[in-house]
Amino acid sequence: MKKRNAFATIAIGMALSGMASHAIAAGMDDPRRADYFKVFDGKTVALVPSTMGIDLTEGWASALRQQANRLGMKLEIRDPHLSADVGAQAITALISEKPDVIIAHNLDVQSYAKLLKRAEDAGIHVIQVAMRSNYNSDAYVGPDWIAVGEAETQAVVDRCGAGTSGKVAILVGQPTAGSDSGMLKGAENVLAKHPEIKLVANQAADWDANKARSVIATVIQQNPDLCGVVGFWDVMDLGAAAAIKESGKSIALVTSGGGEQMACDNVEKGVFQEEVAYHVMDIGRDLNDVIQVVLESGLPAGKEKIVVYSPTTKITKETLRPGLCWSVKNLEK
Amino acid sequence: MFGRLRKVSWTQEKIVFLIAIAMFCVFSFSLNGFLSSGNLITLVRSVSVLGILGVGMAILVIGRGIDLAIVAIYAMSAAWMLQLGNQGVPILLAMPIAYLFALSAGLLSGVLIAYVEMPPLFATLGMASFVYGFARWALVPLFVVYMPPSGSGIAWIGGGFVFGLPTPILFFAIVALLGFAFLRFTKPGRFTYAIGDNPAAARISGAPVRPVIVLQYAIAASVAYLAGLITATAVASMDTAAANSSLIYDVVLVVVIGGIGFSGGRGGIRNVIVGTLLIGILLNGMTIMNIEYTLQNIIRSVILLAAIVIDSVLNPLDEQTSQQGDI
Repeated sequence: MKKRNAFATIAIGMALSGMASHAIAAGMDDPRRADYFKVFDGKTVALVPSTMGIDLTEGWASALRQQANRLGMKLEIRDPHLSADVGAQAITALISEKPDVIIAHNLDVQSYAKLLKRAEDAGIHVIQVAMRSNYNSDAYVGPDWIAVGEAETQAVVDRCGAGTSGKVAILVGQPTAGSDSGMLKGAENVLAKHPEIKLVANQAADWDANKARSVIATVIQQNPDLCGVVGFWDVMDLGAAAAIKESGKSIALVTSGGGEQMACDNVEKGVFQEEVAYHVMDIGRDLNDVIQVVLESGLPAGKEKIVVYSPTTKITKETLRPGLCWSVKNLEK
Repeated sequence: MFGRLRKVSWTQEKIVFLIAIAMFCVFSFSLNGFLSSGNLITLVRSVSVLGILGVGMAILVIGRGIDLAIVAIYAMSAAWMLQLGNQGVPILLAMPIAYLFALSAGLLSGVLIAYVEMPPLFATLGMASFVYGFARWALVPLFVVYMPPSGSGIAWIGGGFVFGLPTPILFFAIVALLGFAFLRFTKPGRFTYAIGDNPAAARISGAPVRPVIVLQYAIAASVAYLAGLITATAVASMDTAAANSSLIYDVVLVVVIGGIGFSGGRGGIRNVIVGTLLIGILLNGMTIMNIEYTLQNIIRSVILLAAIVIDSVLNPLDEQTSQQGDI
């Protein structure tokens, strides 16, 4: 009897434990989960954009804010309003406040270079977004500018082949910016392969649509048979578009930008023939991932040298579809 | 050598005009297509907004004032107009609302200077930051504001043509003409010269110094608003970066380079036109020559400095100015 009882107990126990092990199989805890959240909890991420209020930085800030909220981090934004001085002060102040990560959107390749090194020496991870400086910090996240410049120039070259004048103008924002120096290199790469294309102007317009309008108007006056313009930023290139429209000529305008709704609208209207878009929300996602990587790695600041090139898409009348562009208006606050 | 040169009255206006003519001749011979009517129209067009702002500034400098907020008003009032349009306000209603913003900034500067007796340099420097800061904080959340679809009705202001001439040139001509008429034929205009020459003497002789100063700043703000409207409609967007850009220096420059001294009381609209044309010829020629961006800035500043050096050699400070000082 006792034996039978013992057997029964074992049998029941086995059944129960079987059921229990069954229950465990249905929902298993991930031992790394708690560590994951612990890494980020209470950390501070500081963003120093070129300026808030443009599609690029508003998009990134929105993406960063969502991740910060999800992981219990704090996001600080110091807006230098396109002034390298104010930006340098902001980074200097941040170095003494010691956030865990600084995200720098450099106005040019030089201004923040030394400060970013100092920040890393002080133990702060530095991620440079879209506009790099001469100092290679923990990570660069953003477009592969040389590829963007190549794609843009190729798009103009394709439209200015045989049967056209082959005359092309390049409209730069600021030649000292990481983005524009890269795109210019890409343009040179393509033009070197196409001796039939004549580069008639290579001018900077300070990212200002109004200056872009004057420059392109003068270039068109000088070269009435101009075939194409390679513009380096869609917001500025609206000015080039205005000059082309006033001239009444059909000149191909290829631009690049963050793929905001404005770009799709203007491609649809024929203002831009093409935009090589580096989608801001893609960059935002990559930025968020790299923040996780540098914090989870546990390595001290300045040890990693990560480069993440975000993908680009081609916006033309043929590729247009709903949802291809994103809208600043619909960002999550 | 300078002694003989001094006998001819070499005003700065004449020097700058000669430099402008000289450059014009050189460019006409050396640059293909510079002299084409199309290029000349483009040339004037590209500086007409600068010229319009210059007219506003000239009236102030003649009255021994200055408005460093003029560019902030120009950028932010136009940006707010577009922003209102984007928020669904009919554009014809947005225009007067934005104008009121521009006007009140001008009036406020005027009152601070005329009645609180703040030095114009500091009052308007503060006003420039205030206008930009307040507008960005409360009115215009975006850095670059695009023209709303409802704005197509006013696109002609900056992007139209009348008798083959682009509208900005026409507006420059009208503003210059009105500025000239104001300074030459109206009482406040004549008082502006008197105040600029000697404010104390003007007050003693019964000129309403304070109201005239307020009026000057209101005029400058109105001119700035018009210039903003032209820019915004020409490129279908407004970049608020303009408020903090070097444009304000260019505006001061066309006034000063044209020969309107900071000591006040001298000069007229003609000086602004000469100064504006010099800048226009320079910019246009350098763009045609495809000179690199950084080098363009250097060349521009060297030529402008040269003009000022020549002027200070030929026209040394007179006793009165050296005692009172410039601005």
